[in-house]
Amino acid sequence: MRLDRELACQDIVELVTAYLEHDLAPGDRERFEEHLVFCDGCSTYLEQMRATIAATGRLQRVALPAELEQRLLEAFRGWSPA
Amino acid sequence: MSELLSPEDARLVEGLRAGEEEAFRALMREYGGAMLRVAQMYVSSRAVAEEVVQEAWLGVLKGIGGFEGRSSLKTWLFRIVANTAKTRGIRESRSIPFSSLAGDDEEAVDPDRFLGAGERFPGHWAAPPEGRILAAEAMEVIERAIERLPPAQRTVITLRDIQGLSSEEVRNALELSETNQRVLLHRARSKVRGALEEYMR
Repeated sequence: MRLDRELACQDIVELVTAYLEHDLAPGDRERFEEHLVFCDGCSTYLEQMRATIAATGRLQRVALPAELEQRLLEAFRGWSPA
Repeated sequence: MSELLSPEDARLVEGLRAGEEEAFRALMREYGGAMLRVAQMYVSSRAVAEEVVQEAWLGVLKGIGGFEGRSSLKTWLFRIVANTAKTRGIRESRSIPFSSLAGDDEEAVDPDRFLGAGERFPGHWAAPPEGRILAAEAMEVIERAIERLPPAQRTVITLRDIQGLSSEEVRNALELSETNQRVLLHRARSKVRGALEEYMR
């Protein structure tokens, strides 16, 4: 990903995932980080994204509905391993 | 079996091949709900998605004997679900959700919130103390926000941020381009952040 102008706050917000995914070209990564140095709002935004991702990672795994799991178990019991 | 497989995956695969119910339960605990979310990405109803998971499961049982571990177990598993669901989705003659993605220029944050290009982002939401964001209530806010997402976004954030798959694993399992994967993840995370912001206000 390459960008050709100075980054505005709105660009930062749109690029935050590319930044966190290490998908920005090195020069753009530098400009992204330069913007953060002078912009408390965007620094906060980045920290919020990181906090959101970390919190999402602590969610319980979603479970299958019990009846569906039971049907899968029955298929598993009826299956003879090759 | 491949050395690329983690010891846990290798044990699960051996257990499934041997017909052990404990291996089945471990697999469902880890991946069951995510399998259903993957299916929901391609078909129109929850009921059909459940049928897809059942059908995909028969495919898993059929294929597990020959599974060589060239990809991780979860990538392989989710790909079977995705392929089963795509076939079913085509049968349902419902367009694949990504077809609409190209012209979709939804912003992560409402542009009205920006005063101008040079202005600071006004959403000052002080970095929350760890305790607050982890409160049970906040976790529910996150869960509800994820449930409300469009299916493709919900699937990608589930696989990346809850199940811990890498972007490459998600792209392989769902056959997404690098850009699509990132865009879906970005929109999903942005909405979850937004829901937390509302809650913290």
